[in-house]
Amino acid sequence: MNADATIQVAPRLNAIEIRGLVKTYPGGVRALDGLSFSVESGKIFALLGPNGAGKSTTIKILTTLSRPDEGEALVAGFDVLQQPDAVRRAIGCVAQKSGVDRESTGRENLILQGQFYGLRGAELKHRVNGLLHRFRLSDAADKVARTWSGGMQRKLDIAMGLIHRPKVLFLDEPTTGLDPEARSELWDEIAHLAQDGLTILLTTHYLEEADRLAERLAIVDRGKVVVEGTPDALKADLRGDAVQIEFAAAPEEAVVRQALAPLEGIGDLNLHGAVLHARAHHGATAVPAMLTTLDAAGARVASVKVSRPSLDDVYLRYTGRTFQQAEGGQR
Amino acid sequence: MNLLQHTWYMMMRHQRQLLRQPWWIAFSLAQPIVWLVLFGQLFKKIVDLPGFHAASYVDFLLPGVVIMSALFSAGWSGMGIIMDMDRGVMDRFLVSPVSRVAIIAGRLLHQALVIIVQSLLLIGLGLLMGAHYPGGVTGVVVLLLCAVLLSVPFCALSNALGLTMRRQESVIGASNFILLPLTFLSPVFMAPGLMPRWIQVVSRFNPVNWSVSAGRIALQGNADWVRVFTLMGGLLLFTLISGGLATRAFRSYQRSA
Repeated sequence: MNADATIQVAPRLNAIEIRGLVKTYPGGVRALDGLSFSVESGKIFALLGPNGAGKSTTIKILTTLSRPDEGEALVAGFDVLQQPDAVRRAIGCVAQKSGVDRESTGRENLILQGQFYGLRGAELKHRVNGLLHRFRLSDAADKVARTWSGGMQRKLDIAMGLIHRPKVLFLDEPTTGLDPEARSELWDEIAHLAQDGLTILLTTHYLEEADRLAERLAIVDRGKVVVEGTPDALKADLRGDAVQIEFAAAPEEAVVRQALAPLEGIGDLNLHGAVLHARAHHGATAVPAMLTTLDAAGARVASVKVSRPSLDDVYLRYTGRTFQQAEGGQR
Repeated sequence: MNLLQHTWYMMMRHQRQLLRQPWWIAFSLAQPIVWLVLFGQLFKKIVDLPGFHAASYVDFLLPGVVIMSALFSAGWSGMGIIMDMDRGVMDRFLVSPVSRVAIIAGRLLHQALVIIVQSLLLIGLGLLMGAHYPGGVTGVVVLLLCAVLLSVPFCALSNALGLTMRRQESVIGASNFILLPLTFLSPVFMAPGLMPRWIQVVSRFNPVNWSVSAGRIALQGNADWVRVFTLMGGLLLFTLISGGLATRAFRSYQRSA
């Protein structure tokens, strides 16, 4: 990745540029530990990581809600610390926690939001109607948002973030808590937005979401970017198939490693409890040999799964943990 | 310019939300009416005490209940800002270029309007109950001003509490702890001359006392205007200090993110 960055000669316009962000919360929790990345204008960029990786803190700093202890961040060319008001005019933000005022109607929410940016009169009315129509919220527009479904409130959130035609849109875990149907509908909307030239920074802890929406993504772990690239390039980097072997009982790691060492074309061994993750150049031919040697070593196999590399494998490769493990334990 | 406009937008949001809750309006109006009727009946004979100096207890009590209602209504206003913080509405405001001052000022203005309407209703009800307002229209206007000048600083303080404590339970506890004692350490129900000496002393530093006294004097006619304006000056000063505290609380809320 570094090589990719250094050969970049022509200046390109980055909508987001952050370098070495550090943020420690009271109590010593280091949420960001030298986080850096940049997002090219007009692209969808995803920050992928488990809960607690530092994604929301990054969004808070980029949207001027929070200040970093160290580091620098530019959004739409403006410094978040020096020119917060210019940043605020250039961005739209859909927070993880909905910002919809549930005691107001959808239309009222949109109008108030537009007024903050100096929209008024016929222009505002037109813009509000347009957004309500675009997100198919017109029918419910004059009902109090409390009565809306979660998916509708989320769409209203996004509409509010777009009211002033921002240059950069932040979507912090936009589909968390939505049912699969509402989620897929929202994915279509988000993909649509990028076609209008909007830069979108998306955070997510859904691998599938990053895979489907992001043109580039950065995997964030413990407040740092561990790897960055396009989803396809990251997966292609892994070369080979993911092999997942579940044992009847958790074996000794040394036993497993020793048994598999003589086999060729097998790497990235990762044993967690009774589950072994490995990478094989040719899954179909490697698996029978693996099973034989493991069995001979006394590690009884309960099940085997061979799959094309996924972002989960990318995550495992760069952090040494599966995504699920990170989500479960390591906050 | 932006500040005024944004304050207006914020205030309109609060007004709309209030008007959507007719039951809440009904109960918060019924509360002072209960006080007026209940205390009015219970302590009717109190005016016969030597040194009370009032034509009837309703005459005496009405400005007290107007001020007390203003105090309580303002004292709970911090609950709303906590709800906005909890629901992410505050963060949405803060990522926009909306005037920071307007977020608080909109609440204060809303509170002032609510207090004016509520006080006018109570003053009208007092008339039905046989109260007299020798101070006439001037007296009523001064009483309204006193109510506003008490509610705005307490609204600001309540918001400051909300921004600092960030839990509704804490604000409920603090408000209960503060509001009722302040009411009883003032001549809301009892003529100042008949209060125990120590309460008289403490009440000199109590803005609730300043507000009730100024309003009551103005409503009684032949007012000692120097005294009224001195007391109102005190309220104004208190308003400025409270506004400053709320601003500081807001800044520290933003810094803590």
